[in-house]
Amino acid sequence: MPDFSLNVNGSDRKVSVAANTPLLWVLRDTLAMTGTKFGCGAGLCGACSVHVEGELVRSCSVAISEIGSKKVTTIEGLSADRSHPLQKAWIAEDVPQCGYCQSGQIMAAAALLAKSPSPTEEELTAGMSRNLCRCGTYDRIRKAIHRAAGQPAAANGGGAQ
Amino acid sequence: MSPVSRRELLLGGAAAGAGLVIGVYASKFGSVTGFSAGHEAFSPNAYLRILPDNTVTIMVARSEMGQGVRTALPMILAEELGADWPTQVRIEQAGASTLFGDQTTGGSFSIHSLWDPMRKAGAQAREMLLAAAAQRWSVPAGECKAEKGAVSHEKSKRSATFGELADAAGRMPAPSEAPLKRPEEYKIVGTHAARLDTPSKIDGSAQFGIDVRVENMKHALLARTPTIGGKVVSFDDSDAKKVEGVRLVSKIGDSAVAVIADSVWAAMEGRRALKVTWDDGPNKNLGMAAIWDGLKQASSKKGAPLYSTGDFAKASGRMVEATYQLPLLAHAPMEPGNTTAVVQHGGCELWSPTQVPQDVRDSVAIALGLPSDKVKVNVTLLGGGFGRRLEHDYAVEAALVANSMPGTAVQTLWTREDDMQHSPYRPMSLHVMSAKLDGAGWPVAFQHKIIGPGISTQKGFPLMGGLDPDLASEAAFLYPIPNVTIEHVATETPVPLGWLRSVWGMQIGLATEAFLDEVAAAGGKDPLDLRLHLLREDREIHIGDDHWQTARLREVIKLAAEKSGWGKPLPAGVYRGIACWACFSTYSAEVVELSMEGDLPKVHRVVAAIDCGTVVNPNIVDQQMHSGVVFGMSAALRGKITIEGGRVQQANFDDYEPLRMNEFPKIEAYWVKSGEAPTGIGEPTVPPLAPALLNAMYAATKKRVRAVPVMG
Ligand code: FES
Ligand code: FES
Repeated sequence: MPDFSLNVNGSDRKVSVAANTPLLWVLRDTLAMTGTKFGCGAGLCGACSVHVEGELVRSCSVAISEIGSKKVTTIEGLSADRSHPLQKAWIAEDVPQCGYCQSGQIMAAAALLAKSPSPTEEELTAGMSRNLCRCGTYDRIRKAIHRAAGQPAAANGGGAQ
Repeated sequence: MSPVSRRELLLGGAAAGAGLVIGVYASKFGSVTGFSAGHEAFSPNAYLRILPDNTVTIMVARSEMGQGVRTALPMILAEELGADWPTQVRIEQAGASTLFGDQTTGGSFSIHSLWDPMRKAGAQAREMLLAAAAQRWSVPAGECKAEKGAVSHEKSKRSATFGELADAAGRMPAPSEAPLKRPEEYKIVGTHAARLDTPSKIDGSAQFGIDVRVENMKHALLARTPTIGGKVVSFDDSDAKKVEGVRLVSKIGDSAVAVIADSVWAAMEGRRALKVTWDDGPNKNLGMAAIWDGLKQASSKKGAPLYSTGDFAKASGRMVEATYQLPLLAHAPMEPGNTTAVVQHGGCELWSPTQVPQDVRDSVAIALGLPSDKVKVNVTLLGGGFGRRLEHDYAVEAALVANSMPGTAVQTLWTREDDMQHSPYRPMSLHVMSAKLDGAGWPVAFQHKIIGPGISTQKGFPLMGGLDPDLASEAAFLYPIPNVTIEHVATETPVPLGWLRSVWGMQIGLATEAFLDEVAAAGGKDPLDLRLHLLREDREIHIGDDHWQTARLREVIKLAAEKSGWGKPLPAGVYRGIACWACFSTYSAEVVELSMEGDLPKVHRVVAAIDCGTVVNPNIVDQQMHSGVVFGMSAALRGKITIEGGRVQQANFDDYEPLRMNEFPKIEAYWVKSGEAPTGIGEPTVPPLAPALLNAMYAATKKRVRAVPVMG
């Protein structure tokens, strides 16, 4: 199998895999970085979202041979200690339910905030609608993104009566 | 409530009931997976271990699939114990065990069924800690109190941490009866406590089944019969074996061929290169036209009575009739099916995202011809469940795959297409509804004929008085109309069936509550007024093991109506619909607000109200209410599995697409403050969504839609 060098979360890694292997499986199987998830394998759910040179990429749909020396960031590399503003906001809003989609959601949100540090509702919706959450955590995702962006979130109502 | 009662049925009654658990003490010499009291550790029961380092570890004997059991169950025990939440608390996940009764996670039953056992386990330990402190200080135990992880004696100003008392507490006799706290004493239960699993779910460290890594493990994918009931005739693996990394190709059962490889990608490439000749089997011509035809024909048959009062036929009044149609549905949890297994040393160890660890253990034992105590089942986090993981097909299959490579751990993975096309499905059903109205427009008779295949019946579970056990327990009808008949015409289907979140509640609830809107319109009544009129008197209704109170349903309807501003004007083009349902011992009501864009609804707001008794953690109840609404909405708008040529036509999230953020409405979740014992929350907000949506569509268009999904 051919050798590829790639840079993941700041460290250089060498892997021997088939050239058409999607980045997702290189991360998960070869490098044992399992935070990036497999949901559909077809670019439909966003569970596998990572950043390549800061751009949001579905790692199930890009082959290792296309990565070259570009810098890959995964959920494990977003911060060393859950200190990224989105991670803090995710904890504050207690977003995850099953949690399976959340790595992808956070990576999509990070790409969104990198482009629009103070996103409008429309920008937020557009930036996040390619990521599925079967558990329905969308409301808290919105709140967490607003919180991380330092925006006041609209109150929802609800609670004990 | 079948997913729960199922095991009890199999075991012949309540022998597996959770209430027995507290009597089970972990032996000093270890246990299957419960705690054992080692040196200086205090472990009065299988749920709890306190160490001299002052950590309190609580065993969670249910599966965490997003519903929060790894937080809410420990909260209940920690409350009675008087632990310092969350600082000193750790949790451990129980695998398949003999110590915890039935470990099935389903039927919204975890908190409901473990409320007493967890409280008792905590209270018992607290009493022993108090006794240990009292003895040490020579004071009456009644003067000591346990709070924030320490026992204190106010008069003498002494205190000791649980850790300091652990060793001594272990020598105290276990009290047979320990007093339980009064709700007004609660410090942990009822608080908006953060989930303990959240930090691991935001940095990639949470371990789901698919994330299990065992040294030198292999990855397997199966080529599966494309038609329902098809079989492998032969296969040619010469090309598959040429794929680098492919290690073994092996037939598994009658209907699948496994490709085992060094990586998932190699297994995928190997599976693509594999040539299988299939016998399409007896269902190769099965399609939706025939399936619906079968149901329509069956609708003229007399059904088995699920509930009946008065005499529908004899009642006189103006007749209203309608038929509702619901499709097959897939669960599609975000984490596709997978299990890691290794067969060695005369046993099998598995790591599985499962709702039924004991079923996995027992079925793997049978499949591999092992005694069940040689099968060890570890339960990982579940990336969603929704009932898909009440089936353990994928775990047994993984054991068979691993058995073809003894000594090597193999993770068998399902792709999304495998999941969508080879899973059990929520059954399709027809609902023939009729009502009779008196001169004032109130219903005096109501009839509901459910036509469709029974899930438990298909799986071979024993019938309850000739009835499918799921339907028997879920046809709760709380409107005290004098003449009611609810019956089930059981049909058969080769399509494999499974329990989907809220099970028949979703179907019976939709038909009942949407039809009730028709009854209201026919009688010239407001849909809210009709419901409140029917529920105006307080009544107790007993159906199966369930005791329902009409007052509680009435109050949640009122709450949803009030919070939604029912009756108040809406912006132009916006309309409301209301529906309610009672299931899994919980009462639920929802108001949907929408506008129409052509024939399609755009939902703006959903107001949900429930009464689930004591709220253990409002943070999690709020999450689950949102989750149920989104789940119900995904199904109502787009959820549909269809079959042609004996094959499932949908394959991935493009043709079976759950709700996305751009379609997501504003959701408001309210719950009733209650001192009743806690009941289910995972499912009850699912059933009212679809009928409330259909009813709002009618308000908008004055046209009835009687089939879902509404997007066709
Ligand atoms: S797994 Fe890549 S988009 Fe779904
Ligand atoms: S939290 Fe479960 S899929 Fe998003």
